Amino acid sequence: MYSQGLDNPPPERMVPAAAVAGGPGERFQLRVDAEEKIEPKDWMPDGYRQTLIRQISQHAHSEIVGMLPEGNWITRAPSLLRKCILIAKVQDEGGHGAYLYSAAETLGVSREELVDQLLSGKAKYSSIFNYPTPTWADVGAIGWLVDGAAIMNQIPLCRCSYGPYARAMVRVCREESFHQRQGYEIMLKLSQGTAAQREMAQAALNRWWWPSLMMFGPSDNDSKHSTQSMRWKIKRFSNDELRQKFVDFTIPQADYLGLKVPDPELRWDAGADCYRFGPIDWTEFDEVLKGHGPCNRERLDARRKAHAEGAWVREAALAYAAKSRPATAGRAA
Amino acid sequence: MTASQLWPLYEIFIRARGGLDHKHVGSIHAVDARMALEHARDVYTRRLEGVSIWIVRSTDIIASDPADADSLFEPARDKVYRHPTFYEIPDEVKTL
Ligand SMILES: [Fe+2]
Ligand SMILES: [Fe+2]
Repeated sequence: MYSQGLDNPPPERMVPAAAVAGGPGERFQLRVDAEEKIEPKDWMPDGYRQTLIRQISQHAHSEIVGMLPEGNWITRAPSLLRKCILIAKVQDEGGHGAYLYSAAETLGVSREELVDQLLSGKAKYSSIFNYPTPTWADVGAIGWLVDGAAIMNQIPLCRCSYGPYARAMVRVCREESFHQRQGYEIMLKLSQGTAAQREMAQAALNRWWWPSLMMFGPSDNDSKHSTQSMRWKIKRFSNDELRQKFVDFTIPQADYLGLKVPDPELRWDAGADCYRFGPIDWTEFDEVLKGHGPCNRERLDARRKAHAEGAWVREAALAYAAKSRPATAGRAA
Repeated sequence: MTASQLWPLYEIFIRARGGLDHKHVGSIHAVDARMALEHARDVYTRRLEGVSIWIVRSTDIIASDPADADSLFEPARDKVYRHPTFYEIPDEVKTL
């Protein structure tokens, strides 16, 4: 998921479910505690509904905006096969957006509202997609690191307490592995290539390493809303736990490529059986989140343009459907 | 967009292989049934996940209310004699 770093609802939403003994709030929490799935028409606390709408829609927006940095390379992929692969990956991300918007809609919010929230800048999407992709190696680094971090976040979401979200995530996770592997393979080919290609791979790793670590969201000490999400079993692991796991998985993969992550403090801690890494620059994260990243403007402008230019198609399709509908089978669209 | 300009929602059911039931996989917005079918193909079967697709207008689905689940399913609760394990048969009796 691309929403780990974003899942902080406004505080007024975080009023815990009224845990009146025997009341609906208590019954709800008991069901969640028993690992029962909550389905769309079930009673749920308003905070739970709002948290999910926010998280699932931010996740959906991230999939959709996430098509842009890689889509940028489709016409320039170095071979026909790489072009086919990249189209397939970008198409998958569009599909992920579609699964997730459907899941959000089961909570009583309309697709149009969600799209409007993205286009008006009211809704957030993952900051990672506000970084540029200047070289082909960036496409490799995104697949390897960004999709890799996404997988780490998304696997626990397959067990999320909300049924439609969990089911959408199962579908997404089945498709993500290809994304990560094709990215790593691009990095592998470059790292086995000429000196210039190896340099290009290293430069892309340098660009994407820290932003990928930031994808897991603020450190646990600063992530004030995690507790409630954990209690509701929307979230299963803390930001820092997932980030650590990602680092431990990824460093050996970088070693295999013969590339170095840009962290002078990185070292293996044999006693703790994990890697220790240097401090994350959260001011950068906050700046990008506030809209001051290198591509925030460009990304939103691209989405707005696509939406505006597609308006006549959406209207024409609807008009055509209304016209072709036989009068006898007529029904309000 | 006004309400009349919204694309209606369809629920998508897919049969993974011959011999299996169609199973609900998600939903899709489309202007009509044909577009729903085509979009369902693109969104839900990019990796040969199905051999057949059913689509139903979401508003045509009639669902039971979870709040009524207790009274709706209660009649089946005390009818344990509907299960084979209810009956005590001596071990000596075979293939029963
Ligand atoms: Fe995705
Ligand atoms: Fe992906």
